[in-house]
Amino acid sequence: MTTVYVPGDASAVAMGADEVAAAFRARAEVTVVRTGSRGMLWAEPLVEVATPGGRVGYANVAPGEVGAVLDGSLDADGERALGVVADHPWLAGQHRVTAARVGVVDPGSVTDYEAHGGWVGLRRALGMAPADVVAEVTESGLRGRGGAGFPAGVKWKTVLETAADQKFVACNFDEGDSGTFADRMVVEGDPFTLVEGMTIAGYAVGATEGYVYVRSEYPHAIAALRRAIEAAYTHGFLGDDVCGSGHRFDLHVRVGAGAYICGEESSMLESLEGKRGEVRAKPPIPAISGLFGLPTAVNNVLTLCTVPMILADGGAAYADLGVGRSRGTQLFQLAGNIARGGLVELPFGVTLRELVEGYGGGTLSGRPVRAIQVGGPLGAYLSPAQLDLPMDYEAFAEAGAMVGHGGVVVFDDTVDMARMARFAMEFCSLESCGKCTPCRIGSVRGVETLDRIIAGDDVPANLVLLDELCETMTKGSLCAMGGLTPMPVQSAIRHFPEDFDRTPTPEGAAR
Amino acid sequence: MSTPTSTPASPEAGPDRSALVRAVAEHHRDQRGPLLPVLHEVLAEFGYVDAADVPVIADVLNLSAAEVHGVVSFYHDVRTTPPPTHVVALCRAEACQAVGAESLYAAAQERAASGEMGDTEVQQVFCLGNCALGPSGTVDGRLLGRLDAARLTELTAGWR
Repeated sequence: MTTVYVPGDASAVAMGADEVAAAFRARAEVTVVRTGSRGMLWAEPLVEVATPGGRVGYANVAPGEVGAVLDGSLDADGERALGVVADHPWLAGQHRVTAARVGVVDPGSVTDYEAHGGWVGLRRALGMAPADVVAEVTESGLRGRGGAGFPAGVKWKTVLETAADQKFVACNFDEGDSGTFADRMVVEGDPFTLVEGMTIAGYAVGATEGYVYVRSEYPHAIAALRRAIEAAYTHGFLGDDVCGSGHRFDLHVRVGAGAYICGEESSMLESLEGKRGEVRAKPPIPAISGLFGLPTAVNNVLTLCTVPMILADGGAAYADLGVGRSRGTQLFQLAGNIARGGLVELPFGVTLRELVEGYGGGTLSGRPVRAIQVGGPLGAYLSPAQLDLPMDYEAFAEAGAMVGHGGVVVFDDTVDMARMARFAMEFCSLESCGKCTPCRIGSVRGVETLDRIIAGDDVPANLVLLDELCETMTKGSLCAMGGLTPMPVQSAIRHFPEDFDRTPTPEGAAR
Repeated sequence: MSTPTSTPASPEAGPDRSALVRAVAEHHRDQRGPLLPVLHEVLAEFGYVDAADVPVIADVLNLSAAEVHGVVSFYHDVRTTPPPTHVVALCRAEACQAVGAESLYAAAQERAASGEMGDTEVQQVFCLGNCALGPSGTVDGRLLGRLDAARLTELTAGWR
């Protein structure tokens, strides 16, 4: 028998991995294991064949090529024969911590998870006092991976020290930022890590119930997570008596309904309560008054998925990675117009250039890179002159940008930055929860003003107006949606002023 | 968006539907914050939430019809009209725009308007999590990467 690994990751499936898996299954001599994706998304469907020397990979496999894969003849001397995948430079240069098992293990197998180091962190945590678990996470320097970068240990300490009969852990899996897919990939490829991380979080803060709020656009991840939760109950990792410790933890999956704003934590809590996803004014912070008004540890998927490794290997080992106050690793997602897009996990401090030009290989179109948006739709547009910025929360903040959730979206020189600025306002107008005026109305006025600028209508005056509008949104909005929409708009104007220097056209249309 | 008072219940929303909606709501009633799970199950069953479902759900969950309607009208996923035969959802977010999503979306809309795709709704979505392999979209729920107009035409050929 030959064991063949075919990713069941949504991106691999979108490129035909299910058809490739079916073609392998039709062969009696083959056992097919559906894994997650290694993150080399440009090579999907990436098929791996078990050999005595390791798992040997082939890129962009079509169903008609399974015979050539099995006899090792597919593109033997070419780029599609990847050799031992773990040794491929694109992967070997990475430092996988959070995503260490993604693409390697069978996401449906609780025993495969355990064989690859799973449950070690949970078992160690259960032998410690909750306050010591929190201290370990604090020592690691782990900051919230959702984008805001708040220290996870500090948040947990607040929940632990807030007395209540019932507390919750709520996982924010509403990964709606364009250019981000790390949460999805980790959960699809290694869902037990999230189960373990949330169970540790529950023990640490004194919560017996956890909720994962996952966006409806992620059906593959929802299925993988539900399967993992069921298996974890069966094997005693969830329920009344977690690992025989006497500690109780129940985990529920809740599916969103297509509202970007529900990725904002207070809006997510409203949605979990069955309400309109309108943001809450803070304070009180969710750690004190969160889900149903009770103390709640709200964390991003990647934050929670890093916790098992921190508990297994110790907080100090994680804190040894990174730069400045950005400790550990970040899962960078290379997206947009990029030749080799995918998931790159590296310690903080790597430069944008290493990601875009090194791992990414420049643009897909082969044209020059013109703009890079980092940190999602609310992140700044950067120019190629800023490619040497290190990926570090503070360095990015200083440059008027943000690392956010680690998404890196590349544009070539055909991009019209005035149109991208308009889109930022349009997106805000479509996805605003409507609760505060600067966001709800400001975004609509922003679209209108940018339409006049694009049409070349009294550009200098309209740019001044737009700047004032951006200031109002930044200072007056309740949450980051209205508060940060000006970031892509103003950074586009700052770094690409030539795109806003329009002259009137007869049709009032763009260039 | 419709309001509970102004939209007439569709003919399909007869007593059978009402009983089923009530059963769905009762099934989820004891969960914390049951309204979204209830709406998801009604959508899975009927494809949309009818105006006549709102008071039934409100009654079972001890909410006002206004509260339920407020939630129904907030979320993009909650349809309030029967779904078309086919749905093509194309991502218009930044990463897909960087590889030509806007022209693909325009072409698909034009093709749908011409009637060549039959009873098809072309929707815009913002991010399907396939941002390294855009333009992305779903065709009747199936996720696809590196889409172009030719592939879309091929996939929707013969649709009525």
